[in-house]
Parts: sequence; C-alpha cells; structure tokens
Amino acid sequence: MTRVLDPRALDIDAAAETAHIAARMTEIVGRELRRRGVVVGLSGGVDSSVCVALAVKAFGRDRVRVLLMPERESSAASVELGRKVAAQFGIDPIVQDVTAAVEGFGAYRIRDEAMREVIPGYGPGWKSKLVIAGGTQGGLNYFKLIARAPDGAAHEARIGPRPYLQIVAAQSYKQRSRKTVEYFHADCLNYAVIGTPNRLEYDQGFFVKNGDGSADVKPIAHLYKTQVYALARHFDLPREICEGRPTTDTYTLDQGQDEFYFALPYEKMDLALYALNNGFSAEDLAPAIGVDAERAALVYRDIRGKRSTTRPLHLRPQLIRPVPEVT
Amino acid sequence: MSAEGGETQTKVRQFITSNFYVPDPSALADEASLLDQGIIDSTGVLELIGFLEDSFGVKVEDAEMVPENLDSVARIVAFVGRKKGTL
Repeated sequence: MTRVLDPRALDIDAAAETAHIAARMTEIVGRELRRRGVVVGLSGGVDSSVCVALAVKAFGRDRVRVLLMPERESSAASVELGRKVAAQFGIDPIVQDVTAAVEGFGAYRIRDEAMREVIPGYGPGWKSKLVIAGGTQGGLNYFKLIARAPDGAAHEARIGPRPYLQIVAAQSYKQRSRKTVEYFHADCLNYAVIGTPNRLEYDQGFFVKNGDGSADVKPIAHLYKTQVYALARHFDLPREICEGRPTTDTYTLDQGQDEFYFALPYEKMDLALYALNNGFSAEDLAPAIGVDAERAALVYRDIRGKRSTTRPLHLRPQLIRPVPEVT
Repeated sequence: MSAEGGETQTKVRQFITSNFYVPDPSALADEASLLDQGIIDSTGVLELIGFLEDSFGVKVEDAEMVPENLDSVARIVAFVGRKKGTL
C-alpha cells in the first residue's frame, strides 16, 4: 500500500529541541566527560554555526572556545562569516591559520603530484575539485577530477584508485590539522571537543576519520540538515548561513556537497534518508522528491551502499580479544 | 567458454578473492553479486577497473561502469570478453 511521505515530517519544535540538546550536552560534558566547557571549530557553515549557538545555550559564552582555522585554499568569506557568528554570541574567536601545518605535512605538494597523474599539466594557479558520478544513474559510483587551468581552460578526467586515494588522503590533512588544534585548546582548558556533523553526514560517513569525524560529543548528529537550518533560523543566525548551500570548502573550485558526495541536494537527501529510516518504499519516496520509482530505488541503493562502505569510519579500534574491564 | 575466456576467469577470480580478502574463495559463485555480498565497495570498483585496464589492455568507458558489466565474476569475464572481442 502506498504511504504518503509528507515533507513536514521533518518539522521540529526548535525551542524544545534546543532545550533538549543543551540539557543533554551539559550532562554529557559536565558529568560523563567531566569537562568544563567546549571547543568548537567554526567553519562559517550552518552546522558549526548552530553548534556554537547550542554550546552557548548549554554552557554560556565564557565556556565556549571558538576557533576559526582557515588555510590558504579556504574561502575568505568563510572566516568573515565565522567572525560574524562568533560576534553575535559575544565571543572573540581565536584564528589559527593551519596553512603552515598542512604545508609542513607536504599535503599540497603530495596532492598536486597525484593531480598530475590524472591531468599532466596541473600545477600552481590551477583549481580543481572531485565530483561523484554514476551512482544515481544506475551505474557504480566513481569520481572525476574537474580542473581549471590558469588560462581558464576546463579539464575533466575519470580518476583511478591510486591518485584518488592520494588526493583525498592529502586533502584530509586539512581536517586532521584542524582537529589537532581543537584538541590542543581542549586540553589547555579541560574542555571537550564538539563534532559538528548533521545526520546526513553522520549516517553516510561524510567525514574524515580523526579529522572532522573526531569529537567528544556530536550535538546535531541526530538532526536532518533541514532541521539544522530550522535551528539556524531559530537562533537568528546571519542570512548567508540560513540561506547558504552546503559546500565542502576543501577543494579549490567551488564544490557543493551534493556533487562531491550526496546523490541529491540536501532537502531531497533528507527526505530520502528519513523515508528509508521509517520504512517508506521507493514508490512512496518517488513523488516526494520528484523522480520515478526506479530512480528512487537507486537513491535508496546509494544511501545503503554509502552507509555500509563507511561503517569502518564509525568503529572504535577493534581488539583481537575482549578487554572487559574497559568499555 | 574459450580458452582465453577461461584464463580471464581465473585471473579475475584470483584478483577478487585475494584483493578483497574473500574468506572462502571456493564458495564465491561466479554469478554472486559482489556489491550485495559486500565484497566490493566504491574504492573497490576503482581498483577493479584499474586491474581490468592493466591486466587485459582494455579501456573501461564511464558509461560501462554499471553493475551489468561488473557486479559478478561471470559478468566481468563476459564484459572483458566483449571488450576484447574474444567471446
């Protein structure tokens, strides 16, 4: 039997949800983790901005350390937006540029070496991004490297496993460098570190292990992206944040999250994930996201595939035999 | 299946069972879905393509990266055969 999937299923009572999250954060950080406050890395995107707002609600602004951690390839607008959000809550953020750290690891050079395996002329002044393809057209997911030369010429090539893994690994130095800075501050202050994934990112494994995936508490991991935007409006965050489209701000060409990783724009991904989680069939989902049932089934397959592929990212280190005294 | 097809099958099975740590290679049916069984994931697909291109001198086009060509030992062997014109 067909069930009607109502987009309003994702509506939340923002005030009640905020109160609940703030109360749980205080319990978790204060009593379970026994820390005195939290560190939040603020990117200027909606997720980390909402996390700052929730943290201030839970702990008060004096117990929230906000870090802005740009590197030479991140958008200048991100830092400005981050400053604006911090200022709204009366917080003076610490700006720690991580370019030197990322450079010190050789990350830019290592990445560009892999880029040249795919597009031989790639070098200084070029911009690039990885784009996902295949999965929702009934094919297998694969990645393309899209690059723009300094003269404006566009290049595109499918990327093989070795350079693909090397590019992603090199780029991940950015998230891991930032997390290192966050834990430095947390250690200095006896604070906990906030992780800022929303439910889509958390479920689908869209994070770097020991990078942005590392945290002591993840206050919005249960919230669909649509719901995070609802909280952003509730907190009256800057218009650019409430209306912004999610980007990765990791690659040098503008890259929407839906071209890098997710099959659909977030509103539809939210509905698809909600529908899958709540037992709706692909036929039920199809009209809600404006596709036919066959395509909806491919979206379900893609969600299940990513969930399964990225499961190891969620696992604690696995032991050979149990150590029952430590849980 | 031609002698060359048999050789392709041996090489493909060998690659899949060793590269993806299939616990009981003899239990892997030629028709079994590699995706459904969780044997290959998206990075695994890229590795598989690289293996096919390096080992058999074929070029896998974007439009050919579909389960119908790549989601079982039998399908991969048939696909390589079609690409090489040997089946």
